[in-house]
Order: sequence, then C-alpha cells, then structure tokens
Amino acid sequence: MYAYDNYDQAMVDARVAEFRDQTRRRLDGSLSEEKFRPLRLQNGLYLQLHAYMLRVAVPYGTLSGAQMRVLGDIADKYDRGYGHFTTRQNIQYNWIQLKDAPDILADLAKVEMHAIQTSGNCIRNISSDQYAGATADEIIDPRPYAELLRQWSSFHPEFLHLPRKFKICVIAAETDRAAMRLHDIGIRIVRNDAGEIGCAFYVGGGMGRTPMIAPLINAFVPLDHLITYSEACLRVYNRHGRRDNKYKARIKILVHELGAEEYTRQVEEEFAHLQTQGLEPPLAELARIATHFADPAFETGLPDEIDLTNPQFAKWVKTNTATHKAPGYAIATISLKPIGGIPGDASADQIRLMADLSRDYSFDESRVTHAQNIVLPHVRKQDLYALWQKLEAAGLATANLDDITDIIACPGLDYCSLANARSIPVAQKIAERFAANDRATLLGELKLKISGCINACGHHHAGHIGILGVDRKGTENYQLLLGGSEGADTSLAQITGPGFDEDGIVEAIDRATNLYLAERAPDERFLDTYRRLGMAPFKAAIYSKEPA
Amino acid sequence: MKIITGNDLATGAVVWWTGTEWSPHVDDAADTHDAAPIIAAEEAARRVNGAYAIDASQTPEGIRPAHIKDRVRALGGPTVRLDLSLKPADPAAANWVL
Amino acid sequence: MAAPQFRFRDDAPVAAPAVPVDAFNAETNATAVRLEPADDARALLPHLDRLQLVEVNFPGFMDGRGYSSARILRESGYTGELRAVGDIGVDQLNHLKRVGFDAIAPDTPLNPEDATRAFATWPQVYQKTVDGRTPIWALRHPQ
Repeated sequence: MYAYDNYDQAMVDARVAEFRDQTRRRLDGSLSEEKFRPLRLQNGLYLQLHAYMLRVAVPYGTLSGAQMRVLGDIADKYDRGYGHFTTRQNIQYNWIQLKDAPDILADLAKVEMHAIQTSGNCIRNISSDQYAGATADEIIDPRPYAELLRQWSSFHPEFLHLPRKFKICVIAAETDRAAMRLHDIGIRIVRNDAGEIGCAFYVGGGMGRTPMIAPLINAFVPLDHLITYSEACLRVYNRHGRRDNKYKARIKILVHELGAEEYTRQVEEEFAHLQTQGLEPPLAELARIATHFADPAFETGLPDEIDLTNPQFAKWVKTNTATHKAPGYAIATISLKPIGGIPGDASADQIRLMADLSRDYSFDESRVTHAQNIVLPHVRKQDLYALWQKLEAAGLATANLDDITDIIACPGLDYCSLANARSIPVAQKIAERFAANDRATLLGELKLKISGCINACGHHHAGHIGILGVDRKGTENYQLLLGGSEGADTSLAQITGPGFDEDGIVEAIDRATNLYLAERAPDERFLDTYRRLGMAPFKAAIYSKEPA
Repeated sequence: MKIITGNDLATGAVVWWTGTEWSPHVDDAADTHDAAPIIAAEEAARRVNGAYAIDASQTPEGIRPAHIKDRVRALGGPTVRLDLSLKPADPAAANWVL
Repeated sequence: MAAPQFRFRDDAPVAAPAVPVDAFNAETNATAVRLEPADDARALLPHLDRLQLVEVNFPGFMDGRGYSSARILRESGYTGELRAVGDIGVDQLNHLKRVGFDAIAPDTPLNPEDATRAFATWPQVYQKTVDGRTPIWALRHPQ
C-alpha cells in the first residue's frame, strides 16, 4: 500500500500545525464558531449530540497493521474505548474533546493518517473496492488512481468552498462492490478495444433527499487526462452548482437540471481549456504510486483444500470468504455485525486484534468496507482455521456477510444531531429476530440498510430492504423501502406505504421475507423475487390485516 | 418551562443552564424565559458552544425535554450503550428517552 | 477605497473604483471591474487588455465561486491586479493566493501575525495552478 514520501509527510504535518493554530484561535476567542465550523469540518470534527465526533480518513479503505493499531490506541487514549467504521470506509470516534483534536491529528500523522476533508463542502475521502488487489475480476488495482486523486483533491485551493460535499469512488471491475454509481463522481477503470486502460466517468449520483444514479458522462477518459478531466468536472460544479438551497446543492441536481448532455458539453469545453494549463501529473507519477500497490510476495504451491470438519468454521468459510486471484489464498471478511451488537462498532481491543491478525495473516493489510465490515485481503487458505478461531474468541466471527443480519446502519438518533430516529435498536431487533432458527441463512443474500434521517448515511435507498427513520409528530417512525441495489445493477429502493413504529417495522420485514420464501424461484435472491413480482404483492402482504 | 442547553466548547459535553452556570445534569436546568442575551453572553465568554432554548416539563422523575433529541442528550449517551450514559445503572433510562 | 491589507504587486494600486460588470460593459474607458459570485468571469476575456483591476467579491466566505473566477482570469492571460474583497478570514488567505489573487482586502482587517503564518502554511503544494508554485508531482519527476 501507499507509503508517504517526505512531501506527503510534510503536508499532513503542515495540516496538523494549521489546525492546531485554528483551534487555539477558537479557544481564545479570536475565531467565532461560525468561522471555525467549516475549518473543523474539513478536519473531520463534528459537534454531535453528546460530544465532538472525529471522522478519520481511511483512503480507499486501506490500512496497514500499524495504522489499525493506532486507531485502537486512539480509542483508548482520547475516546471511550471503541470506534465506529462508516459507510464511506472511514472510522469515527464519538467522544472527542476539541482541546485534544490537534494532538489526535498529530498522533495520526505519525502513522501517515489524517482527517483531511472528511467533512465540509469539499472533496471527501475517495472510496474503492474492498477486494482491490486481491480479486481476479478487476482489470487492474484501482487504488493507485484513487491515491493520485486523493493528492490532487487535498487542499485543492479552488474546490474547498463547493456548494456541498463531493464524494468520489474508483473501481476497476464489472462487479461493483463500492456503490460506484451512487457517488458524485464514480470512476470505473476500463479497457478500450485497443487494450488501453482509461476511465469511465459517471457524474451526478448520490443518495440523500433525492437519490440518483449517476449517468455516464464520458466512456473513456485516457489515463493521462484523469486529473484534468476531474478538474473540469469540479470546476463546472463549483461555478454552476446551486447555492440558493442546501437541499439542492449537490452535483446530482446540477446534472439533473442541465441534463447529462449539457453538463457533459460544459465539462468538455472546460476540459479543452484546462488541457492548455499543464495540470496533469506525468504518467511516471502514476507509475511511482502503483509500485506501492504491487502484489505482495504470494507463496506458490500452497494447499487449496480447507478442512471443513468443524461446522461453524465451514459456515464461516462459505459466507465470509471469497475467491482470491492467487492460488491457495482467500479473501476473508471480519464481521462487525454480531447479532444484537452495534453495526460497525469495534472495541479498542478488537481493533488492535485486527491489526495483529492483518500483520500475521494478511501481509499487514486490511480494508474497511462500505458495509462497515473489515476485510483481510490475502489470507492463506491453510491459515483460515487459525484466523477464524481467533476471530471467534473475540466476537468477530459472525458468519453473516450479506445476509439480513449484516445490517448497514448509520449511528442515528443515539449519536447524530441530524437524525430523526434511532437506527441501532432497530438493527438489533431485526438481527435478533432473523438470527433465531437460522432464518437469516434460509433467506440468503439480503442487504438491509437503515438510515436515521433523510441524509441517508445508512444508504437505505440502495438496500434490498431499506429503512428510513422519520419524525412523526415527535415520535420515531420508520418507512420501509424495497428493491434497491448498490451493485452494477444499481436501482433505488421504493417506499412500500405508511410507516411503522419500531415493533411494526420488524413485523413488516417478517411479512415481506415470508412472501419471498413462499414465492421465490430457484436461485432467486430476495431482490430478484421483488424485481420479478413488483411491489404490489409485497405491499399487500405487509399491510394485510391478517395475522402473519 | 423553557430551559437552555448547549455543549461545552473545549470538551463538547452536553450542558444545561442552571441560572448561573452550566451543569451536565438536566435536572439542574432553570426555567429561563429570556434566553437570547444569556446565550449571547455565555457564547461570547466561551463558556458554552451552540446553545439554544427548548421546551421542557417538570415531572416526578425530573425535568423532561420536550424533544426526543434533547432527551437523548440529557441521557448523556446512546440508549444502546447505557454504560456510556449518565445513568449506567438504570435499565429504564432508555425508556425515559422515548 | 483604502489600500488592500495584502498586496503582492510592485505597481501602484489602481485608483479607479471597480464598477459592476454591467456598468463596465457600458463604459468603454472603465479599467476596473467588480465580479459578483454569479458573474461569469469569461465575459471579461474580450476586455483583458484594458483591465487594470478585477475585484472579486466574496459576500459570504462559504461561496467559493470567486476562486474559479480568479483562476479562469489568470489562465486566460490576465496580468492586472486581481483583488479579493469581502468576507475573508485568515484561513482563506493561502487559497486565495494560490488561485491567482495578488491583492486581498478583507472587510474586517486581519491580525497580521496570523496572516503571515497563514500565507506560510504549506511548504509544498499538490496541485499545479496559476500561482507559479511547482507542484509536488513535478518535484518528484524533474524534467
């Protein structure tokens, strides 16, 4: 993975000094909250319900063992012993004190980490495929391109006061494991007919109040135009994105209101101009970055068979491991969704254990997924059992990847000042209901996502089943949505009808899944049966007056 | 009643205006009807951050903010981790929020 | 107006008041114009040779359109004074300079020590822009 050179280190160190000075000025009164707020947001520091919350960047979700260990130590030293992994592959700490924030950033900088632009009206953390560099189905590892874009976007002087936040995703496989088309800019690395590598640009996707799937703006941007083309996309947005209404300020609204064709025309015009400005790093820079992402020294001649005598282990192998491109290896997913637990949370001890496990079993590398789990990308099959035993002992071996208990949930009203309803208790109730009698296994792949408000940080629009918490005359209420998908077959979930209270929503999901079980054709997932049958029979089942 | 709440500037902790100072306990909150000058003075002196006035009622259990969000804040922690709240030993604390 | 608090030019400050874009278009001998956030900087491109001063207004520091306006003007060859005015704080100074402003006139004068520190925040820069600084990628790969 990428390692800073002196230039990168000097930049994060300068950022720490800058923020230390800004915090000093806030605390001594020379900077008002109104002026300080955007500055602290661009260092990931929110003021939430109970305390300040710090969002630390995990660029394209990749961590070394040393970095993961420091994340655990920060939880102990500055927080209350745990952290929360997010739907943008970052980590959040919920109990931060402003006066400690500069020191935390300094600790992070020592291990080449930061909280740069993880909030605010600027370009945010660039996300990617959690299986990058390990999966056989990618054209190339997308992360060097994400790293090039990360450096380009960091402290970019023209784009620090955008109309709203800006989220970029880079993938390189047909299978979209990162919800690419639900980003402001989604890039898929592709090969053209001549075998050359380039970037397909999808611009104008996003969730939130008005979810939209990004249209294709340019099917093939050559690699040596990646930065210049990105600048053109951003400049058109900075100049013409709406500034009159916070809820219509994302680029998806601009693309929608102009139409993809007109937006593209403006980008191409700006791109033609910017090409005269010499903005593009040489391809040698991309090559330099890519050397950090070379394959680790995979062993050869490793055994391919796994002893599946232990049934719990066998189940975990089946659900939580995926095929690796190198013979004898597997991709393993550590579940942060224990039944009845808090989705995405990990204790400091668990975080440090995962750091050790990544060092011992995965070439010192781990990934944060946007589904709030952790991936060990390069595990020898012969090590899976020992790994599983250690995970099991630490409560990290729930065998539920992509099943209904592998819930994505935002922190919700338990933590977040933007929320209308709590999301975590709903997740807990659903997980407990469906873990009973192994119902979750029976249902198979079922991606359930919960957001505590319309900002959709839980990605409920992209859930096979989505839940949206709303405020109904001062009490918590939950809307049920069906049929969303974050993959290459991206679709937006549709609302079923009137909302439910906490018990009612669990009941409603029970009815919907019962209908699926009754109606499914062979090999159909919940999503497939829903797409085949449509909303009507599900709506009838959910709102039926008959007892379930 | 009307009470004032905010967060401590340096620590971020939730605080409630007692009439003379800021307390972490909602039951110490004072019924205050002219909040704006108090908020302005306290924020200018950096004794509080982001303060605002809310409706609340006096109940046998203590002061109860009208909005669920402020009841979560009064609890001092998430309903799903009472060990992190001001009422770690009270299993009914989460129900009080609802 | 009073001299801008920060100015990085050797020539004399332009005395003429900066007029709004509509007035500038009407007055063929005007040499100073003021751009509001919604104004299109490219509308000035036919007039660059008679322009001595472009003021870019930041009515609210969160509205970043002026950064694009400035950079577009410099990219298009404007060499006159490019002055940022309005709601500008210490923390915007560095970025304003990077996009081509060579004069900055905040509504409220800024603490000079804070400002000096702010201009010196970044030892290097990641992006090539119009300020002449060599980006890190070029330092890594000297031609």
